[in-house]
Amino acid sequence: MKSTPSLLPPAMQRRRPVFAPLEPVSPRARWMLGVGFFVLFVMVWAAFTLSGYISPTFLASPVTMVREGWLLFTQYNFHEDIGMTVWRVFGGFAMAAIVAVPLGIAMGAYKPVEAFLEPFVSFCRYLPASAFIPLLILWAGLGEAQKLLVIFIGSVFQIILMVAVIVGGARRDLVEAAYTLGASSQGIVKRVLIPGAAPGIAETLRLVLGWAWTYVIVAELIGSSSGIGHMITDSQALLNTGQIIFGIIVIGVIGLISDLAFKVLNRRLFAWSTL
Amino acid sequence: MTPQLSIRGVSRTFTGTKGLQTQALLPVDFEVRENDFVTILGPSGCGKSTLLRIVAGLDFPTSGQVMLDGQTIQGPGADRGVVFQSYTLFPWLTVAQNIRFGLRERSQSEAEQKERSEFFIAKVGLRGFEQHFPKQLSGGMQQRTAIARALANDPKMLLLDEPFGALDNQTRVLMQELLLGIWESARKTVLFVTHDIDEAIFMANRVAVFSARPGRIKTEIAVDFPHPRHYTIKTSPEFMALKALLTEEIRAESMAVSEH
Repeated sequence: MKSTPSLLPPAMQRRRPVFAPLEPVSPRARWMLGVGFFVLFVMVWAAFTLSGYISPTFLASPVTMVREGWLLFTQYNFHEDIGMTVWRVFGGFAMAAIVAVPLGIAMGAYKPVEAFLEPFVSFCRYLPASAFIPLLILWAGLGEAQKLLVIFIGSVFQIILMVAVIVGGARRDLVEAAYTLGASSQGIVKRVLIPGAAPGIAETLRLVLGWAWTYVIVAELIGSSSGIGHMITDSQALLNTGQIIFGIIVIGVIGLISDLAFKVLNRRLFAWSTL
Repeated sequence: MTPQLSIRGVSRTFTGTKGLQTQALLPVDFEVRENDFVTILGPSGCGKSTLLRIVAGLDFPTSGQVMLDGQTIQGPGADRGVVFQSYTLFPWLTVAQNIRFGLRERSQSEAEQKERSEFFIAKVGLRGFEQHFPKQLSGGMQQRTAIARALANDPKMLLLDEPFGALDNQTRVLMQELLLGIWESARKTVLFVTHDIDEAIFMANRVAVFSARPGRIKTEIAVDFPHPRHYTIKTSPEFMALKALLTEEIRAESMAVSEH
């Protein structure tokens, strides 16, 4: 990645203040600052818990947390829970994307379709996915279908609307240019609207995947026998805050990795959009 | 000889949000012969672009009709290549892919696409930039690609809407020479909209002067310089005389606009 050149003339760069507005930081400093906050966070946490200021019943210390985490992997097969949760997130999310992306494109491209579906989808978007859990348990039982459906409901309407907005915001001048080059209306959708919207759609999917992680844990908190959320409920019953915190951190780490992977993939696929 | 393009009583009225009507174009009658190079010259906002958009099929006349080779224009089509003022290359396609866009849309064979795109890339002097994305090109190079893209489709007419308006002066002059050179060798019918008097005279065989809004064609002036034209004609007394004449015409219209 190339670094942004400094805004200041070379003569002034030696004395530039660190806090000049919009002044870029070097990649090395950026990395150190980012890690620095994590270190600071853990230090404050350690100070409060290890000193006994906060009772271990309410908040485990970082040391306990790491020890409990180790136990989870060695004695409780925690990797199976992680695998279960990851599969649910990606399964439910993939189902939602497969349904929502084509629908969103159709809505963005064809205004009658939008007029027909938009009000209903907007309404559904405000229905909290977690409130459907009791109903879904009734309909789909306590199995995998119910978990996947929670994530599906939580993601699908969001993706539809965001994709519709992105596709509908296509540059009109490009559409006109394509028409003058002899494009059919099908050609406009396939060769102008979709490629033009693709980076935005990929970015939307990255965002919604983040939300899907929230839904999966909620789904696993209720009536589940596996998954990270299930482990957290179990630990709550045993007042094991170390395990709870470890579970939460694992979710954060997986989220961070999948987000990063998505970002790298998007940048690869749509190099033209970041030129 | 029957004209290739005939514009008959074409007017355009826009209806605003509160039902307010704005007449952009008074009924216009105008004809363009095959292989002619005609510029439409007028102050900004005079409706000259509206007329071009109607010919392109991107806008529709409130009254009248436009006929191309005896056929009424119903919408945009590959028989009229358009180059816009704004940069309208597809940013996700390379230069070569942009030029092939229309050919691919009409499912020409891969070999034919390649041959035509290479021919026009060479013609507009973009060899070596085939794999560049539009954002990696200067404004002048983007417009050269846009001209090549329009020409690759082998249209009956080329319609240009102030294509060099956003370019710096030096580049604009070079682009005029490039386009004129292409016309001199390929002899496509060209309709070129501009507000630049030098540009209008230098390239055209005929200049149609537009009045201020609501637009109509005020006068038509023939430009008889022989082809191929060299940029030095711009300093000839005949060129100067034409320029003085058109400056007066346009000045009167521009003042009419500013008095509104």
